[in-house]
Amino acid sequence: MAQFSVPEETLKDVLPENTLKTRVPQVKVERTIKSAPERYRNEIAKYIIYRSDDECIRCGKCAQVCPYGVHVLKPGYKYFAMPKSHKCIGKSCEKTDHHCVALCPQNALQMVENPMVDALGDFRWTSDMILATWRMAQTGDLPPQKYGFDYQCGNSGGGFDRIRFKYPDKPPVELDEAEIDTSIELNRRDDGRPKIRIDVPWYGGGMSFGSVSNATQLSRVRAAVAWSTFSCTGEGGYMERLRPYDDHMITQVATGLFGVREETIQRVPIIEFKYAQGAKPGLGGHLLGDKNTPAVARMREAVVGIPLFSPFPFHSVYSIEDHMKHIEWIKHVNRRALISTKVSTPTDVDMVAVGSYSAGTHIVHLDGGYGGTGAAPDIAKKNIAMPIEYAIAKVHKFLVDEGVRDKITLIASGGIRTAHDIAKAIALGADGIVTGTSELIALGCVRCTRCESGRGCPRGIATTDPGLVTQIDVEWGTQRIINLYNAWHQELVGILKRLGMRSVSELCGRCDLLMHLDYNNDV
Amino acid sequence: MPKKYHIHTTPVPPRLPRIGKYGVVDWREDCANCHNCVKKACVYDRYREELTYIRNLDNVDALFFNCMGCFSCVQNCTKGLLRLTINSEYEQMGNQYWTPEIIQTTWLQAETAAVPVSGAGYQGKFSGHGFDSMWTDMSEIVRPTRDGIHGREYISTSVDIGKKPSFLTFDENNRIDLSPSVIDISLPLILDMNPAAFSLPQLEHVIVEAAKRTDLIAIIDSGKWPISGNIGLDKDMQKYLPHIAFFLNPDADQPPENILRKTRLVEIPDSGNPLERVNRLKETFPELVVCVRVVLNANGVSRAIQLAESGIETIHVVADFNGDEIGVEKPRFIRDMIREIHKSLIEGCLRDEVTLIAGGGIALPEHMAKAVICGADLVSTYLPLIIALECRVCSTCKPGWLCPARFEEIDFDYGVGRMRNLIAAWHLQLIEVMGAMGMRDARRLRGDVGRAMFFKDLEEEVFGPIFGSRRNA
Repeated sequence: MAQFSVPEETLKDVLPENTLKTRVPQVKVERTIKSAPERYRNEIAKYIIYRSDDECIRCGKCAQVCPYGVHVLKPGYKYFAMPKSHKCIGKSCEKTDHHCVALCPQNALQMVENPMVDALGDFRWTSDMILATWRMAQTGDLPPQKYGFDYQCGNSGGGFDRIRFKYPDKPPVELDEAEIDTSIELNRRDDGRPKIRIDVPWYGGGMSFGSVSNATQLSRVRAAVAWSTFSCTGEGGYMERLRPYDDHMITQVATGLFGVREETIQRVPIIEFKYAQGAKPGLGGHLLGDKNTPAVARMREAVVGIPLFSPFPFHSVYSIEDHMKHIEWIKHVNRRALISTKVSTPTDVDMVAVGSYSAGTHIVHLDGGYGGTGAAPDIAKKNIAMPIEYAIAKVHKFLVDEGVRDKITLIASGGIRTAHDIAKAIALGADGIVTGTSELIALGCVRCTRCESGRGCPRGIATTDPGLVTQIDVEWGTQRIINLYNAWHQELVGILKRLGMRSVSELCGRCDLLMHLDYNNDV
Repeated sequence: MPKKYHIHTTPVPPRLPRIGKYGVVDWREDCANCHNCVKKACVYDRYREELTYIRNLDNVDALFFNCMGCFSCVQNCTKGLLRLTINSEYEQMGNQYWTPEIIQTTWLQAETAAVPVSGAGYQGKFSGHGFDSMWTDMSEIVRPTRDGIHGREYISTSVDIGKKPSFLTFDENNRIDLSPSVIDISLPLILDMNPAAFSLPQLEHVIVEAAKRTDLIAIIDSGKWPISGNIGLDKDMQKYLPHIAFFLNPDADQPPENILRKTRLVEIPDSGNPLERVNRLKETFPELVVCVRVVLNANGVSRAIQLAESGIETIHVVADFNGDEIGVEKPRFIRDMIREIHKSLIEGCLRDEVTLIAGGGIALPEHMAKAVICGADLVSTYLPLIIALECRVCSTCKPGWLCPARFEEIDFDYGVGRMRNLIAAWHLQLIEVMGAMGMRDARRLRGDVGRAMFFKDLEEEVFGPIFGSRRNA
C-alpha cells in the first residue's frame, strides 16, 4: 500500500485490521515495465510506408538496413509482410544512412504522411500527443526524439499549451536521477489521522462502474497499486472485485449517493466528496439509460435501463457548516480516513478551497472546466467554470495569503495530459494532480467522443456492453497504465533534474520557473 | 402551480444526406472480402447502413458520411487498407465564425430537440473570439447570493420587453397607472427578420408558426405579411398576431388598430424622428411596445444610448451576422458593444427604463446566456433557424441560384418542426447554464457579469503577477 504511518499511540484505532471486520487480503501488483503492444491489427502511424508489389524484387535490402523492424519477411514466406509503419521514424530517417526508401534498388518503397492524423485528436489532445501516449503505454519509456512526436504541449493556444519551463543552462545542482524524490504527502493537517505518502504526484480520478468497464476500472487500480498511489471508484458503487485493492482505493461520496454504505466508507484510506466535476460543472452526473445495464443497476440499487442522475448540488449542503457536518460524519464512520473534497472551478474557487480547509478536509481537489472523461453536455464542457490553470494559481496564492497552504494538499485535474502538464500544474501551485483521460488513452481511446452513443465506447473502455468489454484484458490494461506512469515518472524526474531539484515538493508554487509565450515575462 | 414553459417536440429527420465529419477513404482494390470491417469492427453497423443507403440513392453525388470516427474498422482491417480522414465537404461548410461544428450541432438539435452530449472532455481551443473568450460561472458550496437550492423545473427563462418604471405613478382618480405595459416572453430570444437572400415563399409562415408553437415573437417585415385592408381580421391570421412583431419600414403604412391591438410588439427603423413615430403608434394603441432597430455601425453604440436617453423604451441593436460592428476597419464584437451600451445606461440611471435586444453573431445557446450576462435583456437571431433547415451557410444565396439545401422544396411541417426543436434545445441548454449558476430567473441574469469570467480579466488577475505584461495587449 501507499506509505502509511501513524503515531504509535493511535495505531490501534486506525489500522484497517482494527477498523474493518470484513477486510479481505490485499493484492500486490509488481511495478515491472514490459512491453504491452497495441491490441489492434493495424497501428495508427504518423507516416505510412507503401511497398509496390509490382516493383519489389524481394531482395531484402530494406529489411537489412532498417534498424526499427519496419520490413519483415517471415521465415518460410515468399512475400514481405505489410510494412509496420508505426515503427518507422518518418522524415528524420531521410538524413540517415539507413533510409529504406532511398536505398531500395527498385524504388519500390514510398513514405507518405498519414492522412489519418488529421482525423485523430483535437486541439487539446493532438494526434502527436495521442500517438506518443500510446507509445509510452506500450514501451514504458519516453518516445525517442527521432520519432518526432511533438507531444509535450497541445494546440489549444492557451493555458498549459503556452506555458514553458525556464530551464537554467546548467542545473544549479548536479543530481543523480535515483536521488530525486517524486513522492508527495496527502495529509498535512497533523490531526492524528494517518500520514499517507504516494510515490508519484498523481492518482487516478473517479470513474464509476457504469461509465467505464470492469476491466478498465481494474486496470487503473492495479496500476495504482504498482505505483503505490490511488485510484477512485467514482460514484457508481464499490465493486466487490475492487476489495483486494482497498488500500489503494478512494471511494466517492457524490450527490446521488449511489452505492454508498457505511461498510464501503470504512474500507478505504481516502474518501472523496464530489461536489462537482470539471466536464459538467454545476450540472451533476448523468448515466444514460443505455449504460444502466443489469450489473450497473444492481451496483447502484436502481432499475435497469433508466437514466440515473446525480443531482447538483448536494441538497444537504448549503454552507461550509453543512459541508463540515458531512466531513464529520465520514470521519466518524471511518477513523483512519483522509477526506478529499472535489470541487469545480467557479469564480470564487479560492473561497471554496479555504472554506473546505476550515471544514476539516485534508485534500482540496480542483477539477477544471476542460476536463472529464464521460459524457457531458457540450455547452457545459466548453463554457462553464474556469480552466484549471487559473484555478491552481488563484487557490494556491489565496491559501498562502491565508497562511494555511502548508496545512492542506492541493490536487488539480481537468485537462492535465502529460508529465509536462503535471510539472507545470505543480509549479503553478498544486501539490499533485489527478489523471483520467490519459489512462484511457493508454488503453487505446481515440477521443472519438462517443462514450455515450448506443452501446458505449467502441474501443471497449467506457462501456458496459458485454460484447465490447471483452476487447480489454485486465493484465494488458494494467501493464499499459503501469508503463505510462513509468514514462511520466521518467519525464518528471528529467524535469526536476534539469531544474536541480531533489524533490517534486520543491517545485510546488515555483511560478518563477515558468514563462508564458504570450507574455513579456518581465516580472 | 403556474403553467410551466415547455415546448413539445418530436424528432424531425433531415431531408438531405448528412454531411458527417469523417469519411472512410482509400478502400483499395485488394480487399480480401473478409468482412471484418462490416461484420465485426464497426459497432455502429455503418457499413451495412451504407449499403442500404447506396441502394436507395437518388443523388449520385451524395456520399455516406455517418462514420463516428472510432477508427475500429481502420485498425481491424485484415489488410490495412482503410484510411479515415476528415470529410472535405464538412470542412468547407460555413465561415470562420459559423464553423462546421456550429452547423452540425445546430442540425442535430433541430433533428432531436436534445441537448448535445459527448464524451472525452472539451476538445476545442483554450479561448477564442467574442463569446468564446468568456466562461459562465457555477455555484458551489458557498454562494451567498445564489437563489438557493432548487430543481431545474423552477428555473424561469422569461424576460420582459418594455419600460419598467422606477416608481409607481397614479392617475387622476388616484389609481395606480399601469401603463406603460411590458411584454412577457418565455425565452430571452426573438426570431429576427431574414435578409432578402433568404426570402423564400413560405419562410415567414414557417417562422411565425414556429414562434407560435414556442410562445416567442418573430419580427416580420410588414411588407411580407398581409396586414393591410381587412385581411388582418382573417381568423387564421389573427392567431399569429401575438407572436408577430411587425417591422414597419419608413414608408410602410401603419397597421390598422385592430391588428395593433392584437400584436404586442412593433419594430421601426432608426430613421427620421423615431420618437415621434413611436408616439404616433402609441396614440393608436397605448399599450403597444415599440422597438427601434439600430444598426451597429460606427455610430451604432452612441446612437443606441442617445435613443435611450430620448425616451425610447425598447432598442434592438443589430451587428452583422458574424457579430461584428458594421462598416468599420477594426470592428468590435457584439459582446463588447452590448457591455458598453449597458454600462452607459446604468451610469445614466436608465437601465430599467429601456429594454435592450441584441442581434448578430448569436449562433449557439451559450451566446444567448452570455449576451444576457453582458447586459442585453434578450437576443435576436435568424441564421440558426435557417441552419436548422439544413442550410450550410455557403453564402451563395441569390435568386435563381440553386440552393444546396434545396430550400425551395421545404415542407411546412418539416420547417416548423426543425425550428421548434432547435428552440426547445436552446431552452434546455439555457436552463443547464442557469442551473449551474444557481440562478432561478433569467431577468436577474441581465448584466450580472459576476456570473461570468472573462479571459482578459483572468489572464490579468492570475497570470499577470506571474508572467508580467501580455504581448499585444
